[in-house]
Amino acid sequence: MLRFLVKRTLSAVLTLFAVSVLTFLMFFALPRDPVSGMCPRNCNPERLERVRQELGLSDPLVVQYGGYMRGVVAGRELGAAQGGHCDAPCLGWSYVNNEAVTDTLVRVLPVTLSIVVPAAVLWLLLGMGLGLVSALRRGTWVDRVAIGFSLTGASLQLYFVGAVLLLIFVYTLGWLPVPGYTSLLDDPVRWAGGLVLAWLSLALLCSANYARLFRAQLLETLGEDFVRTARAKGLPRSAVYGRHALRAAISPVITVAGLDVGAALGGTVITETTFGIHGLGRTAVDAVRAGDLPTIMATVLAAAVFVVLANMLVDLLYAAVDPRVRLG
Amino acid sequence: MDPYLRVTDLRVSFPTADGVLRAVEGVSFAVEGGRTLGVVGESGSGKSATALALLGLHDLRRATVTGQVTIGGRELVGRPETEIRRLRGRNVAMIFQDPLSALHPYHRVGRQIAEAYRVHHRGAGRGETRRRVIEMMDRVGIPQPDRRYDQYPHEFSGGMRQRVMIAMALVNDPALLIADEPTTALDVTVQAQILELLTDLRAEFRTAIVLITHDLGVVGQAADDVLVMYAGRIVEQGHVEQVLRTPQHPYTSGLLASVPSLRGDPEADLRPIPGSPPSLTELPTGCVFHPRCRHAGALGDRCRTEPPELRVVGTGGHRLACHLPTRERARRRAEDTTRAGVAR
Ligand SMILES: Nc1ncnc2c1ncn2[C@@H]1O[C@H](COP(=O)(O)OP(=O)(O)OP(=O)(O)O)[C@@H](O)[C@H]1O
Ligand code: SF4
Ligand SMILES: [Mg+2]
Repeated sequence: MLRFLVKRTLSAVLTLFAVSVLTFLMFFALPRDPVSGMCPRNCNPERLERVRQELGLSDPLVVQYGGYMRGVVAGRELGAAQGGHCDAPCLGWSYVNNEAVTDTLVRVLPVTLSIVVPAAVLWLLLGMGLGLVSALRRGTWVDRVAIGFSLTGASLQLYFVGAVLLLIFVYTLGWLPVPGYTSLLDDPVRWAGGLVLAWLSLALLCSANYARLFRAQLLETLGEDFVRTARAKGLPRSAVYGRHALRAAISPVITVAGLDVGAALGGTVITETTFGIHGLGRTAVDAVRAGDLPTIMATVLAAAVFVVLANMLVDLLYAAVDPRVRLG
Repeated sequence: MDPYLRVTDLRVSFPTADGVLRAVEGVSFAVEGGRTLGVVGESGSGKSATALALLGLHDLRRATVTGQVTIGGRELVGRPETEIRRLRGRNVAMIFQDPLSALHPYHRVGRQIAEAYRVHHRGAGRGETRRRVIEMMDRVGIPQPDRRYDQYPHEFSGGMRQRVMIAMALVNDPALLIADEPTTALDVTVQAQILELLTDLRAEFRTAIVLITHDLGVVGQAADDVLVMYAGRIVEQGHVEQVLRTPQHPYTSGLLASVPSLRGDPEADLRPIPGSPPSLTELPTGCVFHPRCRHAGALGDRCRTEPPELRVVGTGGHRLACHLPTRERARRRAEDTTRAGVAR
């Protein structure tokens, strides 16, 4: 198990390293001048030149990359225009936001986490519940309703569902406040109230996939030999399903959930836009629009970190569920 | 003594897109405690469908099961699941062909055996259960059972896994054990060990065993009686010595001719039965074996039009479903033997 952990961690670090190099190359080695986008108005050539100097853009790429990574790991000195000393993890200075990129991330990350984590719990519960019920009641009207629900869910668009929910619960019934972010620590009730529609619409859309996946997986598992063995032992149905079938059917769900959650943490652009909440997704989009390179770089890296972490978590969960994996 | 298991006119069919698939068509037999009944037949002859019916394991939404299955005096067919469940694992246990897929990959083997014990011994404590499981693992020849209790199926070899299955099946002292191709997935030496183990355990616990296989060699090694199935029907039935020494049905002879070990001469050319089993949704008329039978023409149209009944021939409960008269069968068998001799 320890070996497994070490191996997984190493490969995660390697992946992150590769992603950082690629991102760096893509954004900093682009032929277009990265600086011109950074101060959209009243930029005189001298100012541009100074920014170039401060960013070290005339150094060789390797040196630039080294500087960047040193900043991430140990912090670095930036020019006075970029806020002077920049503590680790230093992700550079955004001229557009006029703040250290790290500060931006620290501000928007809790927002995205607040959207994604509860939504993921909801969509997993809803999806697996639906899948379980329709597998147990296969071929009955319950099954058909559940399948109908998941087909509908899968074909809907978030901005549509979101708009409908907003219209009903906020603007017509007035049961919920206009969506927005309040820190969980400041006021848990307002935190939940401002985000619940985002959770619901994400859950509604994503659970559909999980319902179908889990149903198919359960039905397949129910045909397995070991389920027949469980029945041949004289176990009651509840034990056959609960102890034997469910656990085996859950593995593929873990994989898909890991990918989905990892991707969602990288930014739920549409959700954030629909509900007017400013998280990582909106930050990334704004940065791209403004050509704000350090922020783009940082959001891409953050997304990569989430995907890699989610993958690692998936592997660990897999190992916890399936003893055969632990050997590798 | 009443036989522990009695099956009367068992029929199993599955509705399919191509029509009703009749997997088992009117099968009757009985097994007493301490005896082993071998069930042989090619793939698809309905052996597993029969076995699953003995435990009520067919999914009744997709299979129709009729006839009678009486286990220890209790009728099983048509009874509610909750009632059949109490028999499963306690009175009747089953082991399967592929022990790797039949064991749960995520659970420790000890726990899997313990689960089989506790479901029928509600009051059993942890310590007692563990002792019982380890005793059983030891009894079926698993070395260091105390240590292996906590291992997973993938840490066992094929033969050891099948021993785990056997320990799991026997942990409640069932009176009837159904073994569906228990050695097919194993290599020859291990196969012999497992068969020996089954024979020992049968003598020790006076279990009735139904041993399903497509290999007459296995029947010869481990069974007392044998039942030969073709297309869901019994075509021949009797004591092992009778059936293997003087097979009466052309299908049985054909099966025998394709088993090298039983002919005593591994060099002899094996003669597989020509053709392949019929589609179970569109069975041939008359004798279901007639399209593949060398003697089908000998009786005019009879084999093609009239299904033969299973009737007693000779002594000792030897039964047969074939129109060919006894004298004619004997003559043709003698001829075959000489021909084979000459060919060598
Ligand atoms: N659940 C099912 N639905 C439809 N057909 C089935 C089902 N189970 C078995 N059959 C069919 O019934 C027939 C008999 O199957 P069975 O499994 O009893 O054969 P078998 O004698 O055990 O063969 P094998 O040696 O391959 O195990 C086969 O044609 C099979 O395709
Ligand atoms: S009844 Fe006819 S076809 Fe069937 S086995 Fe006997 S001889 Fe062959
Ligand atoms: Mg079979």
